Amino acid sequence: MELDLFISVQPLFAMRSLLATIIKMPQNNSQPGSIQNPRVTWEGCSVLLDINDGDRLVFARLSAGSTLKIGNKTCSLQPLVGCPFGSLFQIEDGDKGPCLSRFIPSVEGSNGEEKGDFQSQEISKDNRALVDNNKAQSLTGEDIDAMRRQGATGDEIVDALIANSATFENKTLFSQEKYRLKKQKKYAPKVLLRRPFARCICEAYFKKYPVRIGFLRVDTLSLLLSMANVSSNSDVLVVDMVGGLLTGAVAERLGGTGYVCNTYPGVTPYPMDIVRIFNFSEEVCKRIVRSPLTELSLPQSGTSEAIHQREGGLNMESLSNHQMSSTVSVEEISSPSEKEMSDLIPETSDSLVNKSGKSRKAGNKASQQAIDLWKENGFSSLLIAAPEVDIWSLLKDILPLLSHSAPFVIYHQYLQPLATCMHNLQLEKMAIALQISEPWLREYQVLPSRTHPFMQMNAFGGYILSGTKICSS
Amino acid sequence: MLPMDPTKKISFTHSIGDGDLVIVYERHDNMKAVKVCQGTVLQNRFGVFKHSDWIGKPFGSKVFSNKGGFVYLLAPTPELWTLVLSHRTQILYIADISFVIMYLEIVPGCLVLESGTGSGSLTTSLARAVAPTGHVYTFDFHEQRAASAREDFEKTGLSSLVTVGVRDIQGEGFPDEFFGLADSIFLDLPQPWLAIPSAGKMLRPDGVLCSFSPCIEQVQRACDTLRSNFTDIRTFEVLLRTYEVREGKMGCSQGDDGNLSLPRKRRQRSNEGNNVQDSLGCPTVMARPCSEAKGHTGYLTFARLKCL
Repeated sequence: MELDLFISVQPLFAMRSLLATIIKMPQNNSQPGSIQNPRVTWEGCSVLLDINDGDRLVFARLSAGSTLKIGNKTCSLQPLVGCPFGSLFQIEDGDKGPCLSRFIPSVEGSNGEEKGDFQSQEISKDNRALVDNNKAQSLTGEDIDAMRRQGATGDEIVDALIANSATFENKTLFSQEKYRLKKQKKYAPKVLLRRPFARCICEAYFKKYPVRIGFLRVDTLSLLLSMANVSSNSDVLVVDMVGGLLTGAVAERLGGTGYVCNTYPGVTPYPMDIVRIFNFSEEVCKRIVRSPLTELSLPQSGTSEAIHQREGGLNMESLSNHQMSSTVSVEEISSPSEKEMSDLIPETSDSLVNKSGKSRKAGNKASQQAIDLWKENGFSSLLIAAPEVDIWSLLKDILPLLSHSAPFVIYHQYLQPLATCMHNLQLEKMAIALQISEPWLREYQVLPSRTHPFMQMNAFGGYILSGTKICSS
Repeated sequence: MLPMDPTKKISFTHSIGDGDLVIVYERHDNMKAVKVCQGTVLQNRFGVFKHSDWIGKPFGSKVFSNKGGFVYLLAPTPELWTLVLSHRTQILYIADISFVIMYLEIVPGCLVLESGTGSGSLTTSLARAVAPTGHVYTFDFHEQRAASAREDFEKTGLSSLVTVGVRDIQGEGFPDEFFGLADSIFLDLPQPWLAIPSAGKMLRPDGVLCSFSPCIEQVQRACDTLRSNFTDIRTFEVLLRTYEVREGKMGCSQGDDGNLSLPRKRRQRSNEGNNVQDSLGCPTVMARPCSEAKGHTGYLTFARLKCL
């Protein structure tokens, strides 16, 4: 079996020439088994579509039938296949209705936003003449519809709106720019093709559905990963009640080496559907396993081995069945009508996958061999994000599974459970270097003469308890 | 430091050997990196520790001095290393480091460029993130500093992942051999705008650049330069607030002696396990932010190379 299909940078030049081949014939590279350049999309790949600079974020899988609805236009995602991540698209009216086409921005920026003469021009203008009576725009909705019928592009409509605005000329350069941007978003929306990384997956969920990821902010997630020393070749134990985000983020750092073992108390594993959004290769997926906590702690029994063998068979099946399901086309996470939190999109798609008879790629049951090795050596680190479980009683069971000197982190939205847990760890002398920390993140607007922190910020990223396990004497 | 070699991985069976790097932990704010060497001793305020006593013990062990004092021996990690390394420059700490790694989208196999190397605090974490197949090329114009950093990476076992070059990146830019090959670039330079054009040439399309600057004026100029061929330009400040946890008695006995405000030293000692709990009152575990904290480290500006 050919292995090592994950991003390998060693043969850099070989990779670049390969990239050229992929661009030429993207359709032929749909099997995860073939080497792919992760910077170019392929048929069946998972992408994050960023519409109008973060206004709308959509996770999608690029397949023949997948579509994206922008405004009242439905566009096929087919033109995105084989394009480099980071490329921009806009809607054009093609022969068969609206379609997405590559938009190449000019190198010097498009809208003159980096003109250095803001200061000089700025002073003379202010808003004293501005009257908010809704009469500034002489172009009516009918006029715009008429322009559309005549085949005007979005950019042309924006230009017309500006030309017909009585107040535009008197606005300051800053508000002119704001006006243009606002109109552009409405009449000439842009779609940015993003690589699904832990960074943007976390940010997208945090922005749209923070509940599903337990309000885990991206800086907090990044701290969890480093404080737990997540590194290639390590065996990482996670308790992930944040939809699989933590498991996926760990797997991303392992890069197809070591293991991330997703464990759970009781008999029902926690859902980890977010893992499917990452474009993990087969090799990385094989390193994402799950196991009930009892099996990691108890001495092995015959029954578990039998289960293991059955799972092993299933495993093989899933390997041969590695073609991405195309039944799932768009995983929309920003539909404004979707008020119902219970209708989680990734889960819906997951059940679709199961219906079509294809098992999940990642998250198979841990092999007995692996479990035995962990029992012998211990896990190299532990990450817990389990808002609905009593942390201390969970940790008492889990900590003994860690190697000596192994770091661990626990994420929680509330301080008290962590404080109690930290206190108990001190009393029981189970760990040292204990610390509770709370990250704080502020973003800035940096513009000529207009630099300041954003008016709105997220004020809470949760708490982290970190520590290092020590040998019990 | 990294489990590049599976036999060096921390495990129940792996024990400290002659020549290993260990972190000697006295307290959370007092640690030291020590190379274990048969026949030598470590001397501190707790007494004299023989290295020979350490060999064969597992990492995470408590070891005793001739006077009965004790320390813990921990396996090194980039986080611990950041706390013990010798400061040749101002260094980056965990909050900034973690955020940088995440935002630069560094995963195993990436090729990362960095300048300056400084004391190698961030470099150590970059190396962990690109391992086992990627590589970090880090540059500093200070020859001595580069040499010391090289020694440190040798000590921490990261030499196969990091190459330290002596070069003035602001003046000369990055070497041409990296043209179009870098997945991510990190700049910690006094005048980042001078290095940004070169960084733009080295990055792959859609690759991410980060510039760390303590002053907002530096950020302002860097952003002006970035706008020409970068997109998704975002500036952040990230800080960490830490908490003190202790047990106190509240509102149970009327004439309480005000046991709430234990002196700091005693509290710290109780952290290590000396139980201050007594049978009177009902103990409550309480937490509050530490009163001292870093108020500012630097601004982190990220930008993505436009995809043309």
